[in-house]
Amino acid sequence: MRSITKRTCFTVLLFTVFHFITSAQTDIDAIMMGKNNLCVGPTYSHSSWNKYWEGTFKRDNQNLGTVSTNMYSIMGVYGVTNRLNVLFGLPYFETKSSAGTLHESKGIQDFSLWLKWIPVEKKVGKNSVFSVYGLGGFSTPANNYQADYLPLTLGLHSTNLSARLMLDYQHLGFFATASGTYMYRSNIKIDRTSYYTTEMHLTNEVEMPDMAEFNVRTGYRSFHWIAEVFFEQNRTLGGFDIRKNDMPFPSNRMNASIAGVHIKFVPKKIPALSFDAGSSYVIDGRNVGQAKEFNASVFYIIPFGHSKVNASHTCKLCGIR
Amino acid sequence: MRKIFFITITLGALFYASCSKHIENRTDNIPALNPVSEDLNAGEWKPVLLSKPDSFLVAAPPLTNSSAYLADLNEIKGYQQDMSSDNVGNIRYWGAGGVLRWNEIMRELVAKHNLPPYQNEDGTYPSPNSLNPFNYPQFPFSNPPFAARAFAYVSAAQYDALVACWYYKKLYNQPAPYSVDSSVNAMNEKTGLSSYPSEAGVLAGVTSEIMKMMFPTEVANIQQKLDDEELAAIQSGSATRTDVRAGEALGRQIAALFTARAKTDHAGTAGGNSDEWNSLATNTSARGETPWYSLEFPKRPPMLPLYGNVLPFLFDSLTVIQIRPGYPLSTASGEFEEQNKAAYNQIKNPTREQERIVQYWADGVGTYTPTGHWNAIAAEDFIQQNYSEVRWARNMALLNMGQMDAAIVCWNTKYFYFNPRPTQIMPDIKTLTGIPNFPSYISGHSTFSESASTILGHILPANAVKYESLSAEAAKSRFIAGIHTQMDCDSGMVAGRRVGNYTVLRAQKDGAE
Repeated sequence: MRSITKRTCFTVLLFTVFHFITSAQTDIDAIMMGKNNLCVGPTYSHSSWNKYWEGTFKRDNQNLGTVSTNMYSIMGVYGVTNRLNVLFGLPYFETKSSAGTLHESKGIQDFSLWLKWIPVEKKVGKNSVFSVYGLGGFSTPANNYQADYLPLTLGLHSTNLSARLMLDYQHLGFFATASGTYMYRSNIKIDRTSYYTTEMHLTNEVEMPDMAEFNVRTGYRSFHWIAEVFFEQNRTLGGFDIRKNDMPFPSNRMNASIAGVHIKFVPKKIPALSFDAGSSYVIDGRNVGQAKEFNASVFYIIPFGHSKVNASHTCKLCGIR
Repeated sequence: MRKIFFITITLGALFYASCSKHIENRTDNIPALNPVSEDLNAGEWKPVLLSKPDSFLVAAPPLTNSSAYLADLNEIKGYQQDMSSDNVGNIRYWGAGGVLRWNEIMRELVAKHNLPPYQNEDGTYPSPNSLNPFNYPQFPFSNPPFAARAFAYVSAAQYDALVACWYYKKLYNQPAPYSVDSSVNAMNEKTGLSSYPSEAGVLAGVTSEIMKMMFPTEVANIQQKLDDEELAAIQSGSATRTDVRAGEALGRQIAALFTARAKTDHAGTAGGNSDEWNSLATNTSARGETPWYSLEFPKRPPMLPLYGNVLPFLFDSLTVIQIRPGYPLSTASGEFEEQNKAAYNQIKNPTREQERIVQYWADGVGTYTPTGHWNAIAAEDFIQQNYSEVRWARNMALLNMGQMDAAIVCWNTKYFYFNPRPTQIMPDIKTLTGIPNFPSYISGHSTFSESASTILGHILPANAVKYESLSAEAAKSRFIAGIHTQMDCDSGMVAGRRVGNYTVLRAQKDGAE
């Protein structure tokens, strides 16, 4: 068990609100990239829904049919040190409805950048390790897309700052990870000069409530495989409900409870290569679509400087550090 | 130590300021109304429904040395000794102008109630019912024609009420409390205007009555606004309670003229019934034309198909038919096909700037509609002009009577020709905003906007070019959005201009110019 060296890029988790994906690349796993390694690759994700919640009222809409989103993204993670990683992503979106007359949207969405730091990694007994991670995230629109075109917009166009604390416990190959995230969202500007929420606003600026996210995941990690299930709660800290038959709006109170699975495979013969696949489903929500989503990624580790592919992942349990 | 404390506080404040998400409305902090002219002779201006300015009697005010008047002064002094920050905020809010604030309240009510009903289980749609307004769907559904009419009634009634108010102000020439007693603070700008009857009371009385009719679920909310405005007038030292009461009573009496008209202007039956909806399609087919149908699922009955029969303010119903644009291109013609192909070609690859134009003018569900949009444009320009309340009311009445009559002409045209939307002809035409649920020819935005720009350009000639370019952009936005052909927009602008010219004719003869 100790000799296992896991070569691991990062887990892709897609946070699917309405039809769009606010955090295309979220590092939510308790794995670090080794120093001087760059792991990079494309991701594809498809999500769709045909039911959504106006406040707590769940409905379909024959004027939308099924709303579907394709995302194509380049994501990467670089090991600055064994204890500090930088992650980045830049997704392209296409979103459309199967019925009704609304025009599709497509384009580049938000550039995101995360710093991931592991301040504590402590062996507990012979076969267990406990780690603490701190992450800081930044994302900002890479394109002047319109936020006020729900439900077919590419994104909400706010600039976001995230802080995440993550705890991981691994015993032999079994692990459990829990994290909590607070996301500050900047106000946005829309093309209209006024809008109604629960009152009239005579301005084109929209106050975006912050968000919180809680994620728990558990599964098995080995040399060639990771298999895990997760559950996630997303909560908008404020915002307002869509009224019956009203249009959705960027500052709605968008909440979602999401369950999902994720697997990763590293082939024996090419350990720098990895394949990821995952799926998730919105179990319950508020002012969001009940999306089901699947994704697939391919990553390749490019070593720079003195690193070795073998050190693409570091942890005490594996005896690498 | 103190230095560190100071730096900490400064950094903290900077951090708070940069992270604070608080947003101000454009008109939150505008100064108190300070008219360049009090329009002292506005009692002679031509009212809309009122036959003469003194149709409703307003008794003479108490003498300023009477005990009744002294009691009124003592009320003001009592308030001014112990003013809360809410009181001061309320005075500041209403001090910017009653016509402006009621107009903003009106825009809010329209936006709040601009929601199309959700369908029944069987795919039919329920209708709002003014006799049972709280039942889903609440009354009203303040769609564009409803809103245009509501704005017109409020504005025209405010205008008539203020003409009468100005008549009595001049007649009685009662000095303001701050002029009678120097210990009364003037918390707004001092004016030479007679304070009896109070214009704030008149506006509160007349507006609340019309609004309650148009938005019956909002009565409590509207009553609160009335109380706020009157309290602001008294606490600011501008008017006594007697001034305000006399004004409110006059306003309510004049409102009754307008509510009586509203009950018989045919708007109540504008929704039509299923036989009437069906005959629109049958008659169109009989002419050899493709009739409009609803592109919503389930199919929604057309929006207010008989609104074209509503009684206009600026001309008679026969004129509606006379100024209605002629036949659109036949749906069987090659030219019509070209019009729709042009819409299709436009919609394939819209630019971001085109999306901006569409959203800026979308004025769809949950907004204050095109009429509210033009009210916002007008109000923000009028703020710069330092009008008296009565001139504010007069200009808003001209704009909004023009809006209602534009809606009548436009709806009359739409249901006379019952012309299909581009997407009905070419289903591949995807739209940048929701397709309105009524026939295509002529474009409502174009009609509303050109009517508005014509009268606003007359009122403020220096801005005429700006209004004309805004109107042209509004019309173009509907073509860009894929919901109208160029023909719809062009003919809409022609109709809007015709209505606007009637508004200008009235403006030239009402005695205010």
